[in-house]
Amino acid sequence: MMQFDGKSVYKGIALGPVLVLKNHDTQVRRKKTEDAEAEIKKVEAAGQEARKQLQKLYDKALREVGESNAAIFEVHQMMLEDEDYLESIHNMIRTGMVNASYAVAVTGDNFAEMFAGMDDDYMKARAADVRDISNRLIRILEGEGDADLSSMAPSVIVADDLSPSETVQMDKEKILGFVTVHGSTNSHTTILARMMNIPALIGVPLDLEEIHTGMTAAVDGFAGTVTFEPDGELCAQIRSRMDEELEKRRLLEGLKGKENVTSDGRHIELYANIGNVGDVGYALENDAGGIGLFRSEFLYLGREDFPTEEEQFQAYRQVAQTMAGKKVIIRTLDIGADKQVDYFQLGKEENPAMGYRAIRICLSQPDIFKTQLRALLRATMYGNIAVMYPMITSVEEVNRIFAIVKEVQEELDEIGIPYRQPDQGIMIETPAAVMISDELAQLVDFFSIGTNDLTQYTLAIDRQNARLDEFYDPHHKAILRMIKMVADNAHKYGKWAGICGELGADLELTGEFVRMGIDELSVAPSMILRVRKAVREL
Amino acid sequence: MKKFSYTVTDAVGIHARPAGLLVKEAKKYASKIVICKDGRTAEAGKLMAVMGLGVKCGQAVEVEITGEDEDAAYEAVRAFFEKNL
Repeated sequence: MMQFDGKSVYKGIALGPVLVLKNHDTQVRRKKTEDAEAEIKKVEAAGQEARKQLQKLYDKALREVGESNAAIFEVHQMMLEDEDYLESIHNMIRTGMVNASYAVAVTGDNFAEMFAGMDDDYMKARAADVRDISNRLIRILEGEGDADLSSMAPSVIVADDLSPSETVQMDKEKILGFVTVHGSTNSHTTILARMMNIPALIGVPLDLEEIHTGMTAAVDGFAGTVTFEPDGELCAQIRSRMDEELEKRRLLEGLKGKENVTSDGRHIELYANIGNVGDVGYALENDAGGIGLFRSEFLYLGREDFPTEEEQFQAYRQVAQTMAGKKVIIRTLDIGADKQVDYFQLGKEENPAMGYRAIRICLSQPDIFKTQLRALLRATMYGNIAVMYPMITSVEEVNRIFAIVKEVQEELDEIGIPYRQPDQGIMIETPAAVMISDELAQLVDFFSIGTNDLTQYTLAIDRQNARLDEFYDPHHKAILRMIKMVADNAHKYGKWAGICGELGADLELTGEFVRMGIDELSVAPSMILRVRKAVREL
Repeated sequence: MKKFSYTVTDAVGIHARPAGLLVKEAKKYASKIVICKDGRTAEAGKLMAVMGLGVKCGQAVEVEITGEDEDAAYEAVRAFFEKNL
């Protein structure tokens, strides 16, 4: 049994035979040619064939993963026609009197290096595209045709990295999972894996010499592990989890595409809570109506320094684009309390839950806040983004936030960067915000009730302290009355109110929330269909 | 020769897809169309060279157009930048 850790890009479980895909570029040999012009003709013919293949891939991708994800194959076609790229191949053949495949391989490497050396993550990832088109030409030149991945048996694909074209041409039904040594979360392959709902791990430190086609692999996308040649015990464990998942899915699959409506016609929105870009596929798979809480902390956690505006922008844009017009509510930085980050240098506090955290950091250190707001505003051009501010206790805080947002908008106007005016809402998670929710409702576009903190502040119970469990009542009347009050105040001013805390997914309360007139529940993706079931049974 | 300056406002800069469209547009004309950024140049008809400039949002480029149909090319390329980039 060999177990490896990797970065999970899609949460799912798979067990099955391994298919190892090796890179093609290692197989190209340099050969002398007597007839350079004949080799150049071969390159031209191969180019034509390659464009035909890419057109087919484009059509397939268009059907399966949509226009914006298919566009990459259009770009591939254009790259194949690039004058510099072709000229370099031709020159190499003429001056070196080498075979076409070799000239393509070397040229491909050179251009890929150029992209890999750029200081922009997006452009860096284009190196994979150049390698992809070069390998396609080489396969055609070597008479290998398209690697026929469409007729393979159901397998867990193991590779150094996967090109977008390799990913998209596989028969979805037959891919149990992906495991790759390299690959970035920005790569098209990763995006496609998510869109296709395939358990996938990237950045797994494997030695491909030790992994062979035909071995058995167990992929656990939840734990981010892959185990080769798992023992009987682990196989049984994985199988029973797969059965559970399957059973759950069968029960819930029937609810997909159905409305969240009660038998007497009352409607509620069901959105998903997500913690990183990778969860978006999971939200869509579970039929989320939108993203009700996108925790932006993941951008700040587990690193040495502040994320740049560009990094943040790319993450927000990706989520907005993938959700394709559905609402995406992004909560600004909520760090502090139990989420500590060294480079913020927050210092130790006696009582961090009531300390320097969330919006308090943002208002005290506006530079950090403005960087995030700029990234958010720029991303509004790519989808239906709303912004939500955490830990609000007063009207004054909201006014200060709006003043900063206005400053950022003016700065963007000055340099002509476009943005749309997003809806702006606040988390209701302090008793203070509940009590003044009538005033707050006049300022903001929506409320989202964070029941975890609201409960802890209202009951004065630290949820980390197990000795307090007997005093802790998550259904305490005080909380339910507060939720009702917030909903009523929102509606009085024509605004909407949702719940994004754990209580939102509490099936015992679903009926009560609907009766209170709560407009939206934002829950973990895996809970969406279950809550829908509860709503429909009311 | 005709030339104009332009500051890119597209949020992701001149990335793959608009670069591809720009190449298509540029190839409609006989004129030589050159994009300059920070002393580096790329012919607008060459996709990888254009992408290789790595032009990001907020950065300025100069575009120079030389050739017999430079007036028409100038209008079209300028309109392309304003519309797509």
